[in-house]
Amino acid sequence: MKRKLAAAEIPARRRSLTGLSPLLESMLAGALGLLVGVVVMVIWGYNPWAAVVALFTGAYGSLTGFASALAKATPLLLTALTFSICVRAGMFNIGAEGQLFMGTLAAVAVSLVVLPPGIDQIVRLVLAMVVGALWGLVPALLKVTRGVSEVISTIMFNWIARWLALYLVLNILFDPLRAEKTISIPVSGRLPLLMRGTNLSVGFFVAIAFALIVYFIVWHTVVGYEIRAAGLNPTAAKYGGINSRRTMLLSFTLGGMAAGLAGACYVMGTPPTYGVFAGLPELTNLGFDGMAVAMVGRNHPIGIIFSAIFFGGLNAGGRAMQFRAGVPLEMVRVVNGTVVLAMAIPELIRIFPLVKSGVQRMISSVRPRRGADSGDTPSDPDSSTSRGDATRKEERGA
Amino acid sequence: MSLDYFWMVLIMSLQAMVPLVLTAVGEIIGETAGLFNIGLEGILLMSAFTGVLGAKFGGPWVGLLVGMVTGGTMSLVFSVITTRLKGSQMIAGIGINLFALGLVAFGLAAGPLFVSEGMRLRAIQTPVGMGLSPIVIVALVVPFIAYYFLKRTRAGLMLKAAGENPEAADVAGINVLRVRLLATTFGGILAGLAGAYISVSWVGSMTKEISGGRGFIALATVVFSGLNPLLALVGGFIFGFFESLALWIRNSPALKALPTQLIAMTPYVVTLLVVAGVIGRVRFPKTLGEPYKRE
Repeated sequence: MKRKLAAAEIPARRRSLTGLSPLLESMLAGALGLLVGVVVMVIWGYNPWAAVVALFTGAYGSLTGFASALAKATPLLLTALTFSICVRAGMFNIGAEGQLFMGTLAAVAVSLVVLPPGIDQIVRLVLAMVVGALWGLVPALLKVTRGVSEVISTIMFNWIARWLALYLVLNILFDPLRAEKTISIPVSGRLPLLMRGTNLSVGFFVAIAFALIVYFIVWHTVVGYEIRAAGLNPTAAKYGGINSRRTMLLSFTLGGMAAGLAGACYVMGTPPTYGVFAGLPELTNLGFDGMAVAMVGRNHPIGIIFSAIFFGGLNAGGRAMQFRAGVPLEMVRVVNGTVVLAMAIPELIRIFPLVKSGVQRMISSVRPRRGADSGDTPSDPDSSTSRGDATRKEERGA
Repeated sequence: MSLDYFWMVLIMSLQAMVPLVLTAVGEIIGETAGLFNIGLEGILLMSAFTGVLGAKFGGPWVGLLVGMVTGGTMSLVFSVITTRLKGSQMIAGIGINLFALGLVAFGLAAGPLFVSEGMRLRAIQTPVGMGLSPIVIVALVVPFIAYYFLKRTRAGLMLKAAGENPEAADVAGINVLRVRLLATTFGGILAGLAGAYISVSWVGSMTKEISGGRGFIALATVVFSGLNPLLALVGGFIFGFFESLALWIRNSPALKALPTQLIAMTPYVVTLLVVAGVIGRVRFPKTLGEPYKRE
């Protein structure tokens, strides 16, 4: 009863905003991220205006710039899917990073065997997905059988994957002619480029297709319904006869496939080397950045496509920024982190009335304690858990 | 000779234990109050970075202090987002990690920083010839103080109430949000000390990967400890031992044939095995990880 009242109390003006608010909040978070980035650049003595101009013209100012933005978006789109599928199932899969390393090396390792012509690309893509899924499945199994927090286990698996990958690159898969990198993917196994002079390959469409498939599975099949139900309310789902172990394993499998595919698309579609360097510089952090992409995309495949293009643009523009304004590329990751922090706040738009009420509360602090509560704007009436918050909020964006 | 090796491995383990124990004890205090901070890795990384800057400015003790302030501030941001603004703890923690990763890489774009001998914390000399950082003693004492605080003081019980049953605590007149905020901020200060210790006292340089997943290993230590600071000391030592064992094997000429990358995996594999082995018996506060909202 009380809850219904709370919902009714929302002023009409704010209610009209709710339809748009997911989009507005994502944009607000992006703007906040850029703002913090500007502050950091000012502190370090860089010219923020030149940097931001270089960032955006570098990414969206020309056709080749935009093509490289899309190329950068490809792996991010897929690792974002890894994170978001598992969030939908009520879990935090931080393991895209390691799953991506493993998938990439699986795609490279196919070169060790001789394949009949014509199926090279398919074999690589499929094997990368399988290996990525297997790498993701182990933490999921540990969770299901031993109750190990998936956050801790996926992080440990990231480090294990990193060292294993470093070992494989230098000792097994190394290029006999250039020992500092892996063997290159042969021409028969490469993804065709879409635009001469850029890194944009067919991989981008593979990623989009995968996002659409995920959308179909999660929103239009029984299995997907079970995944979302288990994520929204595990107890209710259990009473409804949903096998939460199965949804966990399934979401990690799908997520691992996406991350493995991300690695394969990168290594099979990135000229001129079509290989991985020792130290994995090009692969590092693709998995972590995917989490920012997922959150801005509201953990929805369609939202993620757009947010990946935005973040891909930041990464592609980051190179222009480094080149023209002298600001280190890592700036982009400061922006990413701030965006995620901002997205952690439910109903970000609400932050303005909340700050206002905080100030009012300080002014009228002589008044008795009850005033403190009425100052709060009514929040989402039925959100009670953080996990629920994360998913439910995004549900509205869907 | 062989006894010398024993002492060396012991000292290395103690040094490797420090960041894990300090961070884990801080996190135990925070988790007892109901906040789960997975941003510890970022806090370690960031305070290691600012610690070096502080040490360059005013010597090792200033460096440690700056690290603690950094850790406290970052945790304050985390806890404001997760208490007052009722944000998701998981996502805010991920955000802290990403932010620290970016900012430190940005700050180190010109290359790693080195702490010269004069700026490094002076080590206690030991008979085997290896220095022992004075912070090791802090790490050995802090768990006992934390244990006494959590189990034997009124404030410690308030913390526990805020984590176990925030509604009841609220009715009993405890300001749940403030308790959570203070507990997490204090935990962040300990993590900040741990971070600054890594760069200013232990390693003596600052690279992008210096935290090396220790924030997460500390989280695993917390799981291992079941929120008992004394067991966190034990767990921290176990993980520290395996870390230094890996380091020792890598540097010992007899075992050079083993690939270094595979040995470097050991701490993470051991962490996984230990966590998978003990998880069944551990019980955590009922409302851990959930934002508290007054009706």
